[in-house]
Amino acid sequence: MRAANIVHLGLKELRGLARDPAMLALIVFAFTFSIYSASTAMPEQLNKAAIAIVDEDRSPLSARIVDAFFPPFFMPPSMIAQPEMDHRMDAGIDTFALDIPPEFQRDLLAGRRPTIQLNVDATRMSQAFTGAGYVQSIVASEIDAFVRRYRANVPASVELALRVRFNPSLTISWFGSVIEVVNNVTMLSIILTGAALIREREHGTIEHLLVMPVTPLEIMAGKIWSMALVVLAACALSLLFVVQGLLAVPLQGSVALFLAGAAVHLFATTSLGVFLATVARSMPQFGLLLILVLLPLEMLSGGTTPRESMPEIVQYLMLAAPTTHFIMLGQAILFRGAGFETVWPQFIALAVIGLLLFTMALARFRKAVGETA
Amino acid sequence: MTDPVARLRGVGLRYGPVTALEAIDLELPAGSIVGLIGPDGVGKSSLLALVAGARRLQAGSVEVLGGSMASGRHRRRACTRIAYMPQGLGRNLYATLTVAENIDFFGRLFGHGRRERKRRIDELTRATGLAPFVDRPAGKLSGGMKQKLGLCCALIHDPDLLILDEPTTGIDPLSRRQFWDLIARIRAARPGMSVIVATAYMEEAARFDWLVAMDSGRVIATGSPRELLARTGSPSLEAAFVALLPGERGRGYRPIETPPPDDGHDAEAAIEVHGLTRRFGDFVAVDHVDLRIARGEIFGFLGSNGCGKTTTMKMLTGLLPSSEGEARLFGQPVDAQDFETRRRVGYMSQSFSLYSELTVRENLELHARLFHLPKETITGRVQEVAGRFELLDVLDALPPTLPFGQRQRLSLAVAVIHKPTLLILDEPTSGVDPLARDAIWRMLIDMARHERVTIFISTHLMNEAERCDRVSLMHAGRVLVSDSPAALVARRGVATLEEAFVGWLQDAAGDAAATDVAPPVGPEASTPPPSRSFELRRLLAYSRREAIELMRDPIRATLALLGSVILMFVIGYGINMDVEDLTFAVLDRDGTTTSRDYALNIAGSRYFIQRPPLRDYDDLDRRMRSGELSLAIEIPPNFARDIARGRTVEIGAWLDGAMPSRAETARSYVQGMHAKWLAGTSLALPLANLEVRFRYNPDILSLVAMVPAVIPMLLLLIPAMLTTLSIVREKELGSLVNFYVTPVTRLEFLIGKQFPYVVLGMVNFLLLTLLAVTAFGVPFKGSFAALASGAFLYILAATSIGLLFSTFMRSQSAAIFGTTIGTMIPAMEFSGMIDPVSSLQGIGAAIGQAYPMTHFLTIARGTFSKALGFGDLQASFLPLLIAAPVLVGLSAVLLRKQET
Repeated sequence: MRAANIVHLGLKELRGLARDPAMLALIVFAFTFSIYSASTAMPEQLNKAAIAIVDEDRSPLSARIVDAFFPPFFMPPSMIAQPEMDHRMDAGIDTFALDIPPEFQRDLLAGRRPTIQLNVDATRMSQAFTGAGYVQSIVASEIDAFVRRYRANVPASVELALRVRFNPSLTISWFGSVIEVVNNVTMLSIILTGAALIREREHGTIEHLLVMPVTPLEIMAGKIWSMALVVLAACALSLLFVVQGLLAVPLQGSVALFLAGAAVHLFATTSLGVFLATVARSMPQFGLLLILVLLPLEMLSGGTTPRESMPEIVQYLMLAAPTTHFIMLGQAILFRGAGFETVWPQFIALAVIGLLLFTMALARFRKAVGETA
Repeated sequence: MTDPVARLRGVGLRYGPVTALEAIDLELPAGSIVGLIGPDGVGKSSLLALVAGARRLQAGSVEVLGGSMASGRHRRRACTRIAYMPQGLGRNLYATLTVAENIDFFGRLFGHGRRERKRRIDELTRATGLAPFVDRPAGKLSGGMKQKLGLCCALIHDPDLLILDEPTTGIDPLSRRQFWDLIARIRAARPGMSVIVATAYMEEAARFDWLVAMDSGRVIATGSPRELLARTGSPSLEAAFVALLPGERGRGYRPIETPPPDDGHDAEAAIEVHGLTRRFGDFVAVDHVDLRIARGEIFGFLGSNGCGKTTTMKMLTGLLPSSEGEARLFGQPVDAQDFETRRRVGYMSQSFSLYSELTVRENLELHARLFHLPKETITGRVQEVAGRFELLDVLDALPPTLPFGQRQRLSLAVAVIHKPTLLILDEPTSGVDPLARDAIWRMLIDMARHERVTIFISTHLMNEAERCDRVSLMHAGRVLVSDSPAALVARRGVATLEEAFVGWLQDAAGDAAATDVAPPVGPEASTPPPSRSFELRRLLAYSRREAIELMRDPIRATLALLGSVILMFVIGYGINMDVEDLTFAVLDRDGTTTSRDYALNIAGSRYFIQRPPLRDYDDLDRRMRSGELSLAIEIPPNFARDIARGRTVEIGAWLDGAMPSRAETARSYVQGMHAKWLAGTSLALPLANLEVRFRYNPDILSLVAMVPAVIPMLLLLIPAMLTTLSIVREKELGSLVNFYVTPVTRLEFLIGKQFPYVVLGMVNFLLLTLLAVTAFGVPFKGSFAALASGAFLYILAATSIGLLFSTFMRSQSAAIFGTTIGTMIPAMEFSGMIDPVSSLQGIGAAIGQAYPMTHFLTIARGTFSKALGFGDLQASFLPLLIAAPVLVGLSAVLLRKQET
C-alpha cells in the first residue's frame, strides 16, 4: 500500500504543477530560451579580442604583422601612438597592446633578435592567457614566413601534430549548452521541491496529510519522484530539441545513459530541496538559502572553470556536491562518448550522496513536521 | 435622510468567467450603520472593496463621499476620509510589528506628527483595552484582539466612512460584544461617521440601522431590520432572509433540532483525556484538561480565541505531542504512528487546508486513496459523499473559485470520506452563512444519530452550541465547565447560553477586560494635512516598517550578510581561471634518452602532471574518454635516430576538447613547451623575442581578478531577491491592501520598501570590500569614493530590478524562481564576470550591454586593480545613473494602485 501512497501523492504534485502557468512558463523558459541564449552568447575562445598596435617600425614586416590580426579572433587592430597605449588600457578599451619597436625589421634581418612588447590586461582572465598565446604564434609565424623569403635553407625540425579530440574545433557553444542544461536541472529541481514543501506548510495542507495514514517518508518520496520526473522530462526534451536540434551540438555518447545519470542526480538534488525547505522557515529565507547553496554548486562544480585549477581543499569539498559528479558524468558521456564501464564511479558517487541527502532531509522533515503542527 | 455616503449605479464585477456583482444600484445612507447580509460568495466583500477603492471598477459607477471612485484624484483625496478593514483576522496587519508599531505605521501614512501619533495611540489602545499589550507583536494576539487592533489602525485618521468586512467572524462571544460596544462608543463621539459592515451573523445585523440583503451578486432587498421583518412576516432576521431568497431556495426553512441520543450506548468512551497539558516554552497552552466523550455524542467545545481549543484538538489527532497527561481514543493511547486510529478519525482544521490546485473531485479522490479505500469503491464513495454535501455541481471546480461555505462543505466531505467513527472539527462553520451552516449541521446530526459517529466540534456560535449534547467552556488553557447546554443555563440562572458563557468568561478573565471602559475616542484635535502627491513622511513610514520587519527576522538579515561573506570566500578561492595541473601521459615508442627528455620537459612544468605511461592506442582512448588524461603524447619509433639524421619527425599530441577554454589554454602550453624544448636542443633558435607583460595583475592571480567580480554579483543577487520577496510576500499575505486604500503613492511605496534593502546592501558592500582587502589581500589601487558611489548606484539598480520583477509575480515561489533566473544567469554569463562583454554575441551581448552589473563590474575592477577614479570611469557611471530611475519608473507604471 505504501507504494500506492507515494504514487498518489506524486500525481497530486504533477496535477498542481500543471495548473500553475507561471511555473510552467518559467520551466519552459529555463530549458529553451535560457539555454539557447547562454550557449550562443558565450564567445568562441578568443573572439573579437580588442587589440591595439603601436607600429614604430613602419616596415613591410610590421605591416605584415598588423595585417595578420583580423576577425573572428581579433577585432581589426586600432593603430595608436605610443603615448595613448596606457590610457587606453586603463579605460579597458584594449585587452592587448602590441608595441613594435623602431628598426624592428632591420634588426631582425641582421640577426640581432629584437624584442616586441605585448601588453596584456590580465584582469580579463579568460582572454589574457589564450590571447597572448595566439598573438605569440601569429607574430612568430609572420616573422618566420617573412624570413624564409630571405633565407634559402631552414633546418629540418621536429614538428608537433596537435589534435584536439571530442570537439576538434573547440566550439564553445557545445560545451556551454550542456553545462547550462546541467545547471538548470540542478536549480529547477531544488526550487520545485523546496517551494512545493514550503507552500504545503504555509497553506496548512501538510497538517492534513499527517492526520491520514501517510508517513513523512511517503510525503517526501511523492514530491521527489514527481518533481524529478518533470525536470528529467524537460531536460530530455531540451537535449533533443534545443541542444541537438536548434544548436546542432553533436552529442557523442548515449543520451539515455546521460538521462539515467540525471535521474540519480535528481534524486540527490530534490532531496537537497526538501532539506533546505525544512531549514528555512519562510519563503524569503528559502530564497536566500537557495542563492547560498546554488552559487557554489554551479560555480565550483567544474562547469564554469576547470576543477583541477581550484585549490585542493575546494576540490575535496566539492566532491561532496552532486553537481561535481554530474558534470564529470555529463562531459564523459556526451562529449567523450564514454559508456557505463567508464562512468560507473560517478553513478555510485551520486547515489551515495543522494542517499545521504535523502536520509538527512527525512530526519529533518520528520522533526520539522513535529514542530509545525 | 441626508445625502447618501455612497451611491452605486449599474455596478458589475467579474473574476474571469465568474460574475461576482451584477447591475447593482444602491444608495447607502450616511451617518448610520449599514449592514450587508447574505450567504458567502454573493459579492459582499467585492462590493465593500469597490466602495473602499481597493478594487478596480469594471462596470457602472461608484460615488463615495461626493466623488467618483473611478477617478484616481478623487480616490487619493477621499482615502484620507475612508477606513477599510478587509476580511480575515488581522489580514492587513503586520504580524511581527507590535500593537503600537502597527498603529504608528498607519498614523505615519496619514501624515500625523510624532506627538499626535502618540496621543492617538494612547487613546485608541485605552478605548479598545489593548493598552496593556502595546508591546506585543500583532501575530501573537488572539483573534478578537487582532480585530480590535485592526479597528485602531482604521480609526487613526478619524474617518468619515468606516468599512468593515466581517469584522467579528471567528471571534468569541465576549470579544464580539466588546467590539460592538466599542463601535457604539466611537459613533457616539463622532455622530457623523458612517459605518458599512458585512456580516454573517444575523443577530448582529438585527441591531444595525439599515440592511442590504444580497444574493448571487444582486441586491434582493434593502431597508431597516424592522421593515424586512414586516415585509416577510418572519419572526427572525434569519428566517426573513431565507424568505427573501428568490424561487425554490426560499422555501423549506426550518429550525434545527437535535433528537436526543439513544440511551444505553454511551458506556463506551470515544475520547478520554486526563490531565492533558501542552507547553510552548513558558507558555501553558493547555493546562490539565480532563474530558470524556461518549461514542455517538455531539460534544461542543467553546471558548475565547487562543484559549487552547485548537491545541487540544491537535493533540487528540496526534499532530502535536502532549507535554503531560494522557489521551485515549477508543481506549487506545494516542500514538502518532498508529495508522489504525488515524483511519477511524476524521479531522477538519480551522483554516481551509485542502489543495487549492486540485479540483473538488481530485481532492476527494486523493484522500480516498490515501485512506486506502478499495479501488473499486472509490468512484462510488466520492459520488455518495459529494451528493450528501451537495457538491455534485462543482465536482470539477477548483476550490478557490468556490464560495466559502462550499469550501467548508468540501473540507467536511474530505474529513468523512473514509467513514470515520470520530470527527474532530475545528470551527467548521466559522465564516459560513446561516443557510450553509444549517446544512452542515443537519449532516452532522444525521451522522451522529444514525451512524453513531462521535463529533467533537469547536464553535463560537451559541445557536450551534445549543445543538450539542454537551459543551465545554475553555479559557486560558483550562476547562471551566462541562455540561449539557440546558443545565449550564440553569446553573448560571440566566436566559440564554450566551449570557451564561459571557458571565463565566468575565469571571475567569477577572476585571481587567470587562471594566476597561475608557473614555471614547475624542473629537479630532487636528485634521491631517491634505494629501500631496509625494510625501517623504509616507515613504519613510514604509521604510521604517520594512526595516523593523527585517530586524525582527534576524535569520533573514544574517543570511544576507553572512551568506554573502561565505559565498565570497567560496567563490573567491574556488574559481581559478589558471589552467594548471593538467594530467598527461606519454606513449613512448622510441624509448631513448631523447624521447624521455621530451617527456621530462613537459612533466617539469608546473602546468602538467605526469601519469603512468600509455601502453597502446586502446589504453589512450580509454583513459582519455574517462577524463583521466587531458593530454596524450605519442613519440614515434626511431625518434632520436631520425633527429640525429636531420629528418623531419612528427610528435603526436591529443588534447581533450570537452572543455574548450581549458583545451585552448592547454594547446598554447603544449606549443610553448615544444618550442622551448626545440630551443633547448638548439634545433631552432627564435628570430625575435616577444616579451609579454601582464598588466594590472602581473602574477595573473585569479583571486585578484575574481574577487572584484564576485562583489558585484553578490550585491545583485541578494538585494534583488530580498526586494522582490518583500513585495510579493505582501501580495500573498494580503497586507498590500494598505497600499490600495491609504494615501501612499506608488513611488512612495516602492522607494520606501526599497530603502532598507539599499542600506543592507551598502553594509554588505562595505563588509565585502573590507574582506577583499584584508582577508583576501586584494590590493586596492583606485579611488574608494568612486567605488562606493558606484556601489550605491548599483545597489539602487539591483533593488530596482527586484521591484520590477515583483510587479509580475503573484506567488512567492514563482518570485524566487523568476528572480533566480533573472539575476543569476545574466550575472554569471552575460556581465563580463568570466568573458568580457565585448566578446559576447547575440542576445547575450545585448543583455550584457544593458545589464547594470556589467558597468559596476568595470568600476569594481577599475578601482581595485587599475588605480582608476571618477574621471576614467565616467562611461560606466552613466548607465548606472540611468538604471535605477528607469527601473523604478517602469515598476511604478506596472504596479497597480487597485486590485484588479
